[in-house]
Amino acid sequence: MLAIACIKQVPDTTQVQIDPETNTLVLEGIPFIVNPYDTHALEESLRVRETFGMRAIALSMGPPNAEATLRKACAVGVDEAILLSDRCFGGADTLATSNVLSAAIERLAQDEELGIVFCGKQTIDGDTAQVGPGIASRLGLQQLTLVDKIDHLDMEQKTIRVRRKLEGRHEIVEAPLPVMITTVRELNRPRYPTVPMRLAAQEVEVKTWDNNILGLDPETVGLKGSPTWVCKIFSPDRDQGEIIGDGVNDPEGTAGLLIDKLLSKDLLAV
Amino acid sequence: MTSSKILILLLFSASGLVFLWSLYRRLSLVQLGRDENRLDRFGDRFSNMLLYAFGQKRVLARPYGINHAIFFWACLFLVAVNLEFVLGGIFPALHLSHLPAFLYFPIRLISDIVSLMTLGAVVAALVRRTFFPLYPEARNFEGYFIVAVIAVHMLAYFGINATELTLGQERAGSWMPVSLFASRFLADVSPTGLENLGAFSWWVHALALLVIFNYLIPYSKHLHVITAIGNCFFRPLDNPGTPKRETFEPGENFGADSVTKLTWKDLFDSLACTECGRCEEACPAWHTGKTLNPRRLIHDIKVNLLGNAEEVKKGNDPILPLIGGSEEGSCQEEAIWDCTTCGACLEACPVFIEHPHKTIQMRRFLVQERARFPEELLNLFENTEQRSNPWGMPPADRAKWCSPFGDRPYDAESCDYLFFVGCAGAYDNRSKHVTAALGMILDAAGVSWGILGKEELCCGDSLRKLGNEYVFDQLARQNVSLFKERGVKKIVTQCPHCFNTLKNDYRQYGVEVEVIHHSELILDLLEQGRLTLPGTVSQGRMVFHDSCYLGRHNGTFTAPRQVLKKATGQEPGDLTRNKENGFCCGAGGGRMWMEELSGTRINLERVKEALQEKPDTICVTCPYCMTMLGDGLKDEGEDQVRVKDIAEVVAESLNKS
Repeated sequence: MLAIACIKQVPDTTQVQIDPETNTLVLEGIPFIVNPYDTHALEESLRVRETFGMRAIALSMGPPNAEATLRKACAVGVDEAILLSDRCFGGADTLATSNVLSAAIERLAQDEELGIVFCGKQTIDGDTAQVGPGIASRLGLQQLTLVDKIDHLDMEQKTIRVRRKLEGRHEIVEAPLPVMITTVRELNRPRYPTVPMRLAAQEVEVKTWDNNILGLDPETVGLKGSPTWVCKIFSPDRDQGEIIGDGVNDPEGTAGLLIDKLLSKDLLAV
Repeated sequence: MTSSKILILLLFSASGLVFLWSLYRRLSLVQLGRDENRLDRFGDRFSNMLLYAFGQKRVLARPYGINHAIFFWACLFLVAVNLEFVLGGIFPALHLSHLPAFLYFPIRLISDIVSLMTLGAVVAALVRRTFFPLYPEARNFEGYFIVAVIAVHMLAYFGINATELTLGQERAGSWMPVSLFASRFLADVSPTGLENLGAFSWWVHALALLVIFNYLIPYSKHLHVITAIGNCFFRPLDNPGTPKRETFEPGENFGADSVTKLTWKDLFDSLACTECGRCEEACPAWHTGKTLNPRRLIHDIKVNLLGNAEEVKKGNDPILPLIGGSEEGSCQEEAIWDCTTCGACLEACPVFIEHPHKTIQMRRFLVQERARFPEELLNLFENTEQRSNPWGMPPADRAKWCSPFGDRPYDAESCDYLFFVGCAGAYDNRSKHVTAALGMILDAAGVSWGILGKEELCCGDSLRKLGNEYVFDQLARQNVSLFKERGVKKIVTQCPHCFNTLKNDYRQYGVEVEVIHHSELILDLLEQGRLTLPGTVSQGRMVFHDSCYLGRHNGTFTAPRQVLKKATGQEPGDLTRNKENGFCCGAGGGRMWMEELSGTRINLERVKEALQEKPDTICVTCPYCMTMLGDGLKDEGEDQVRVKDIAEVVAESLNKS
């Protein structure tokens, strides 16, 4: 059974600046990293592999240099890494991206039963949180978003029960496999690669699938298949701060107020 | 030859052979370790051996050392005398008494006095072991047994001499005051009684020798009488705290989880340890109630080696784990992470055992082969690898501190120095003041300097000491190639960790750059008159805390003190533990980034020690010390005492108008 982690190479956004004149991202010289939420997806695919004997595959759509991201996945131990790369995939929005990823997953599922597709809840560059659900819709998978815990996985009955982290509450849901899960940070602590694995990952073959293999209609992928247009990028103004309570004379009471405030904004989990 | 002489001949010949065989068996165990070259620079090594083993220099550095030195020197003399004892017992023609009187009499005199001194040392050793042991377990059977055997050996020696004197068989009587004194008690004993007593003493004397050579030396910690001499010869000649490089090829092992992955010198160290306890006395981790005990670490390696040797020789895997077991002979993981690599143990050990190397080797195994480490280190590792600083701050912000100085890119043509700012100096709000102070001082002295800005990467000190050699190696390669590319010749740092890493660790990457810490550069500028201070600004009562990596690891003790004196007009006070014996702030060895979960806090212990001197200002030379002591003062509720870097003190005097 397959556990597929969809991971994306993203620019390290803490280092990205916006060109004030052209309103575009200055990406020159910015290092690429694995989208942090995707590292939790990757980790969970490895955990279900270890616990339930699934086969873990890392998938990424991106330019040829995204191979580096897949090598990182190899360094933490995936069984197979596949790069979906073709000139015609370039400039894709979330719709076109989920088309390509879905096609690749479908192709993998021809040979082996599909169990779980893991995606990060969103990427730190686009922040749309649409690709995971897009894949689920296209493939007709149950979609379990914002999962912070896998409660139970029944390989006999082929069902899964997970906990979703919602604003101020949790929701426990159960679904039949195969499912698509999007992961939040609390789900797990990604492992650190060992040196022997890192060295081995340098030698591993990362397969590249282009559109000759996937055979998608060129109108449904890349820029052509993307109905989204970016009109403007800008840094939003910062909200005004606010002072609550009287921290000098009543530190405990003020701490309480601060905790309430953070809870109400879902910045703090109980 | 009489039958008793044949017996003696056979006994001692057999004993000699067994001794050599036992010694070979035990010492050859070190071959189970990895290779390491310790035979270079023979002359230096030989003179070190003379000075530290035969001269007992480090042994004598502590008060009770004199006792050991007496034992040692007496042993050297008595080994020669005892050779004569055995040979003379078998072949009377070889007896020293055949020597002319001007040689023979003084030898007898010295033997007598040395033996008495040894007896005195035995008494002192007994008193010390019983009433003032460095650690409670020092009161063990083996410890008492060896002194008892030596005492018996000495008493028997006097017994032999006293009977011979009484029987009139010894012509050097007047040169043997102690034996002569002992003979007085035998005045009433019959000649047969004396003969029997003499024979009895001879056999007791001989038996004690057999016990020493056939049990105590090869099979107890008293093997150190041989191995400690070797250890002084094999000591690290360069910076002893610098770990060795690892090569990253597929199929290699990384770090050590068994004695076979340590080097032969690591194993030799374990055989050279006499468990004197000086390392644990100096260790900040052990001192504050942590699991790590450097003496125990070395002891466990020895027990592990002895316990696994037979299996390993057969080609099997070790039975007793080196890491993680709870029994003797296994190092607890917690202990491995407790080390601050401050080098106090290296400094304290009379025979140059290298404790932190072993810890770092085991950390390397845990991090690189198992990815097992305290969880707070994950962020450090990932931040440093991805953003080349421990906090994960944007690399573009690395030069932000420099905005008051304008653009200062390093250029080999126009800059005297590359100012390697370091992560703390570039990002830490408190340390940025020190960085700016140093920039100002250099400008005032007319020293041209430049920075690498966002191209500068973390030096990798913490990662290396934490066992993440793989990422350290990447950082070091990139920094070194940047230095080469930019034609860097001289570097100034404001952080002893950068200083030590660039100066000592990067040398392993073939970089030949002059690296100087700001304390020495500032002193140099003051002494040359290039930096003139319009006046001095008092810092109130001032004490100086030695940074381990500037002080103990690199021997810079006086420069910062002199700088302070020149900038304030006052001598800085010292803490109780200072200079070579300085006490770590608790942040070295990557501990800066870790929680301190057991025992008391190292920084608090150091701050309390500083507060005993009632200072107004605690002066430091290191951003880590600054943070740790500053935090300690806050915890102690001391808001009047300030922590300042020496550069800030100088800058204040510079600004005095």
